[in-house]
Amino acid sequence: MLFFSKRPTVKSLLSVKPFVVFPLLALSSQAFAKSSEVVAGEAQRWGMNMPQGVTATSHEIYDLHMLIFMICVWIGVVVFGVMFYSMIMHRKSAGAVPSKFHESTLVELAWTIIPAIILVAMAVPATSTLIKIYDTSDADIDIKVVGYQWKWQYEYLGEEVSFFSNLTTPQDEIYGRVPKGEHYLLEVDEPVVIPINKKVRFLITANDVIHAWWVPALAVKRDAIPGYINDVWTIVDEPGIYRGQCAELCGKAHGFMPIVVHAMEEVDYQQWLDTKKVEAEELKLAMSQSFSMDDLYARGEKVYQTNCVACHGPAGAGGVGPSLIGSSITTGPMNGHLSLMINGVQGSAMQAFGEQLNNIDMAAVITYKRNAWGNNMGDMLQPVDVLNHKRSL
Amino acid sequence: MGDHGPAQGFGRWLFTTNHKDIGSMYLWFSFAMFLMGGVFALVIRAELFQPGLQLVEPEFFNQMTTMHGLVMVFGAVMPAFVGLANWLIPMMVGAPDMALPRMNNWSFWILPFAFALLTSTLFMEGGGPNFGWTFYAPLSTTYAPPSVTYFIFAVHIMGASSIMGSINIIATILNMRAPGMTLMKMPLFVWTWLITAYLLIAVMPVLAGCVTMMLMDIHFGTSFFNAAGGGDPVLFQHVFWFFGHPEVYIMILPAFGIVSAIIPTFARKPLFGYASMVYATASIAFLSFIVWAHHMFTVGMPIAGELFFMYATMLIAVPTGVKVFNWITTMFRGSMSFETPMLFSIAFVILFTIGGFSGLMLAIAPADFQYHDTYFVVAHFHYVLVPGAIFSIFAAVYYWLPKWCGNMYDERLGKAHFWLSFVGLNVTFFPMHFVGLAGMPRRIPDYALQFADFNQIASMGAFLFGFSQVFFLFIVIKTIRGGKQATDEVWESPEGLEWTIPSPAPYHTFTTPPAVK
Amino acid sequence: MKSSASIKSIVIRLLLVTVGMFGFGFALVPLYDMFCDITGLNGKTNAEAFIPLADLIDTSREVTVQFVATNNDYMPWEFKPQVFKMKVHPGEEIETTFYAKNPSSKAMMAQAIPSVSPSRAASYFLKTECFCFNQQQLAAGEAIDMPLKFIVDRDLPGNVSTITLSYTLFDITNGGAITGDSLAIR
Repeated sequence: MLFFSKRPTVKSLLSVKPFVVFPLLALSSQAFAKSSEVVAGEAQRWGMNMPQGVTATSHEIYDLHMLIFMICVWIGVVVFGVMFYSMIMHRKSAGAVPSKFHESTLVELAWTIIPAIILVAMAVPATSTLIKIYDTSDADIDIKVVGYQWKWQYEYLGEEVSFFSNLTTPQDEIYGRVPKGEHYLLEVDEPVVIPINKKVRFLITANDVIHAWWVPALAVKRDAIPGYINDVWTIVDEPGIYRGQCAELCGKAHGFMPIVVHAMEEVDYQQWLDTKKVEAEELKLAMSQSFSMDDLYARGEKVYQTNCVACHGPAGAGGVGPSLIGSSITTGPMNGHLSLMINGVQGSAMQAFGEQLNNIDMAAVITYKRNAWGNNMGDMLQPVDVLNHKRSL
Repeated sequence: MGDHGPAQGFGRWLFTTNHKDIGSMYLWFSFAMFLMGGVFALVIRAELFQPGLQLVEPEFFNQMTTMHGLVMVFGAVMPAFVGLANWLIPMMVGAPDMALPRMNNWSFWILPFAFALLTSTLFMEGGGPNFGWTFYAPLSTTYAPPSVTYFIFAVHIMGASSIMGSINIIATILNMRAPGMTLMKMPLFVWTWLITAYLLIAVMPVLAGCVTMMLMDIHFGTSFFNAAGGGDPVLFQHVFWFFGHPEVYIMILPAFGIVSAIIPTFARKPLFGYASMVYATASIAFLSFIVWAHHMFTVGMPIAGELFFMYATMLIAVPTGVKVFNWITTMFRGSMSFETPMLFSIAFVILFTIGGFSGLMLAIAPADFQYHDTYFVVAHFHYVLVPGAIFSIFAAVYYWLPKWCGNMYDERLGKAHFWLSFVGLNVTFFPMHFVGLAGMPRRIPDYALQFADFNQIASMGAFLFGFSQVFFLFIVIKTIRGGKQATDEVWESPEGLEWTIPSPAPYHTFTTPPAVK
Repeated sequence: MKSSASIKSIVIRLLLVTVGMFGFGFALVPLYDMFCDITGLNGKTNAEAFIPLADLIDTSREVTVQFVATNNDYMPWEFKPQVFKMKVHPGEEIETTFYAKNPSSKAMMAQAIPSVSPSRAASYFLKTECFCFNQQQLAAGEAIDMPLKFIVDRDLPGNVSTITLSYTLFDITNGGAITGDSLAIR
């Protein structure tokens, strides 16, 4: 049975860890995290079974999965055993003479009742697991997760912390122009950070079409449906980086909106949260500052590569979206360009970025677009201009 | 009806009301669609041969997955079964033709138009349907390409064709049986088709209603599936799967009938548990109406709903198990030989059971949270549909082709086709269990590196399986054009009225009803 | 073999079934709504104002109510709850507001769609007044505090300690549903 070979793999992976840990203790924790992930990456290559995961629920689901699987295997062994026995023993070429029997109430009753009993035996643990999964009460932390075409937004409720999580795999890797990185398609600019040993509740919804938020190691998968809120919870046992993907077809870039969960010790989490809050404050301050053309251009290029490249292409020459080179928008009046960026184009794939980009990034990306690829408009936009524009509307 | 033969030229096919002609047209059409859907599948597998985007862009990839599903379900499997029904049901119940021959002609001839319409969307601006064969709103409404309207009309026409076909089949079975052919004497293929036809009449109109609601949402400002106007995208899924789950049984019940005809012939022993086969089929059909939401375990149903649909789904294992046990007991202490139809039937029993096992695993709601929308699901439904529906159709063609054209197929070539298909299928779909469990979502054009190895194997298997079917085409054409003359019985004392008529079957059969004891 | 008359009667009956099942497809819409009302499926709450019958407050119990606001696609409004979270006694009528601002340069219509999580609490979350009962119209640049009054039913199951009320704001300026025009652009 091919499924079994995974078990030793998991074990060997676990037993490898201490060997890796000791020599590396002296090194920085980052280096350790990296190398243990490389080991994990190698071991996963021929992965053929469900991951056991890092939560009580994921373990329970794994056990349930293995239980049902084993029951199926044994039924298969018996049923196919009888079948192959008759195929070998009752061949015409071996001189078998056919019997004439064609019914037996007793036998037929038996193979109706016995499977029914086995099913009840399966249903009991399944029900108890399901009840636990549905108990979302008494959460320590609530995080709202919003699916967008094609990225995730995380909002820490009551904390004023909110950000988008975008795929960072470069187009060059996707199109095979450079070698693919270790976490190809499973890497984001900002992972969602959670503390371990705390009940974290995810409130899941969507902005446009149906998505599904799935992290296998957490055994959490729930549809993100526009207009409706779903809740799921998790308590992660060990710190680590856990990767998942959108699991409901949501359009063109469905395969390109990964989920990365970074689970850390509670102290580290608090520190991270505080940094995020400070960042948010700093951002507010920076909104009133002025930036040089070079700063805006450089920042704008990054924003462009994250938010715009999928539709308008790496060199602004277009793709799904129109070309931005010499277009009436990018080389037209500044106010029109800004309004379009803020409000999007209803009924097209051009989203309203007013809520998605902060004023600095908005100013930067517009400055970039107006000056890159030979557009050379020479004008630029400051964050305060964006703010004033929003206010004046 | 007189004793004259078929008309000449193209008019014969255009205006024919002969069940055998229409059956043949259905089968050829279905095979053409099978090849087209297969080409779509090979585009998918070629793109997935290695990580990265090599051959097609994600937009086109999504159109390929959608069209592959639609063409295979509505173009290949369903018309093939209707074709077999047309050929076989009148011969099996001792009727001269179908009950409504004129309607029979229409129900076939609207199909090519439906699929021409559907396929033409691929060349339209904005591309063809790209929202998966399950076309969940709002991806298929608010966010759909303009061609969605053509898709909707194509589905309407396919539905009309299926409904007309089903009405015809029910009317034939209920009204045209030879004297003495009581219901409980009918061959199982006729029984399973009778139940399938009722399922079709019950659910195809619901699908028509579903796409009509989509059409109204898109063009007439209603809000059936639009949350902003008080509608609900989850409602779409309920309506769709109310159709969709019986639909998957529509694609497997006739297969049960075929296998139940073939296994006794080659085990040289009567079918074990005929009556329980009929009751099991009826129970499966009934259960198919109350399990639809197991496709939606992750939408966030209340726990009571989740539990109900989990238990109901698990129950399906009981009647399905009865069928498998019956087939195996039919083989037990028989006198078996392994001609091509039997090989396909045995593979059907084994592989369909494996698909049933993964189905049982998927029924377990908590575990489904890990399986849902992964390649594990893809592996599951391909294991029930390819060795289930497709293999049974191959088996049926090998089994009845000598009766239809009067020539035996080449047994060596038939076996070669079987082994190529069998190996190709397993190499393609078995590794999908692994990548699915390891975490690969379905319907993605590109994937993380840890899934690369098994995907590469699956792609190679897919090409093997795909090209084996061209070989099948060759075998069928070779058989029609010549070969060893088949006897009237064709096989060693098979059961059924169709073996009492000459091979090849005359253009008109049973113009006077046979006596059934 | 039976007569063609009996074939005709079968065909007529089957056609009636077909028409009936087509109608049933549409009947699933109200059936589903009814089912949702009863079970709280999808976190649907009452769409019309609830009129409280008796105002008995269960002071022995406290339930946390959270408010969440989300914008749907192409919705440029600022939209957020004024209070993120509050503790309430079942039976008590509570008032709070949501802030909305239309930053765009044109007048816009919006519809807020409520959803309650966990869904089994939905039928116990009773709104006596809600901005979601009506469409909201804001002129360019206009801001508004939108009122919400609700009661948490005293029969709320004991194992529910937190209720999350989520609103998604949809732009319905062009009639709500997407029209053929916007499809043409796509």
